[in-house]
Amino acid sequence: MSGWLAARVAEVVPASASGRVLVLDVPGWPGNLAGQHLDLRLTAEDGYQAVRSYSVASVGAGERVELAVDEVPDGEVSPYLVQDVRPGDVLEVRGPLGRYFVWQPEDPGPVQLVAGGSGVVPLVAMVRAHAAARSPAPFRLLCSVRTPADAFYRPELEALVDDAFRLDWVWTRAAPPGWPGTPGRLTAAGLAAAALPPEAGPTVYVCGPTGFVEAAASLLVAAGHPPGRIRTERFGGS
Amino acid sequence: MTGPHPPRPGAGTPAGRPPVDGNAAAGLLGEVLAVEVTTAVAECRGCGAHAPLAQAVVEVDAAGALVRCRGCTRTLLTVLHVPGGVRLEVGCLAALTGAAPTGGAPGAGG
Ligand SMILES: Cc1cc2nc3c(=O)[nH]c(=O)nc-3n(C[C@H](O)[C@H](O)[C@H](O)COP(=O)(O)OP(=O)(O)OC[C@H]3O[C@@H](n4cnc5c(N)ncnc54)[C@H](O)[C@@H]3O)c2cc1C
Ligand SMILES: [Zn+2]
Repeated sequence: MSGWLAARVAEVVPASASGRVLVLDVPGWPGNLAGQHLDLRLTAEDGYQAVRSYSVASVGAGERVELAVDEVPDGEVSPYLVQDVRPGDVLEVRGPLGRYFVWQPEDPGPVQLVAGGSGVVPLVAMVRAHAAARSPAPFRLLCSVRTPADAFYRPELEALVDDAFRLDWVWTRAAPPGWPGTPGRLTAAGLAAAALPPEAGPTVYVCGPTGFVEAAASLLVAAGHPPGRIRTERFGGS
Repeated sequence: MTGPHPPRPGAGTPAGRPPVDGNAAAGLLGEVLAVEVTTAVAECRGCGAHAPLAQAVVEVDAAGALVRCRGCTRTLLTVLHVPGGVRLEVGCLAALTGAAPTGGAPGAGG
């Protein structure tokens, strides 16, 4: 599993004001579960290497792997992935990694997903897997982003809303025109209005920048969700 | 002590079998070192907390990764890049319990 695989960039698609989707062809990729990530390695001409983790937005079998990367200003790796990488370029990846932050379609229980910014990426894989399996498990996604221009996968997620999948947005800086309420961070009241209640017994997946994950997990615990039912994945930053 | 059984160096020797060497642990140690680490439960010697390694506090840099207990912040493990390989330094980790990588039944096979 520690083997690095060559990943040829097949497609790059703008995904938000500061992010983009990278579609990679990875011969030897064994497929992946919803929520898993990979390590991506860049090697400079002088041999210097940098490794970062990225969640896999695609799910299931096949050697096409989709990532969505948000540019962290002054970052070492993400500005290169968002601005410079071109179709045909070859990167290296290893994975799929992680069995903890994973949802499997055989799991019939209710699921609450909570995303901050690019933390939506592994949750998109879960929503895709849920839709592909026509799973009746109640699924809800609460997405916190700064502004509509920052939201990854919004049209796709909105198109998937149905009886088994509910989607809510928290706009922290600016909401779309006509949106009721004022922009602001996720609050206890906002959580209570959108999320499955603790009595429903959901497994909760929280993902995003570390500060967002800590804040959201605290709100969830304060609302009565047992800490053992809250799975977190921290992307870094403050 | 003499008799039909060889001397036992410790109570841990299973079923009185004579001690062998590290080669005999190759399969089992290989299993431990290949466990799925995110779900494996780490026990902290410092505060006694048990938690999946996915929930540990981790600091990653070019040298490697420092894995700390979320309960007490003590260092559980350090993983370092060294020339030609990696080095695992065990800190406050008392135990790591994980599922066999193959999903095989414990004790099955040999
Ligand atoms: C399991 C896992 C999955 C991830 N999945 C994704 C993903 O799907 N999409 C994605 O865009 N990113 C994801 N990340 C984050 C990614 O690994 C990098 O941390 C991120 O791209 C920044 O790397 P960089 O080299 O550009 O910045 P660096 O040079 O590493 O950091 C520059 C500065 O930005 C801060 N910083 C680092 N990461 C973040 C962050 N996420 N948010 C805010 N500030 C940060 C650092 O503290 C530092 O001060 C994931 C991280 C993990 C651990
Ligand atoms: Zn501890």
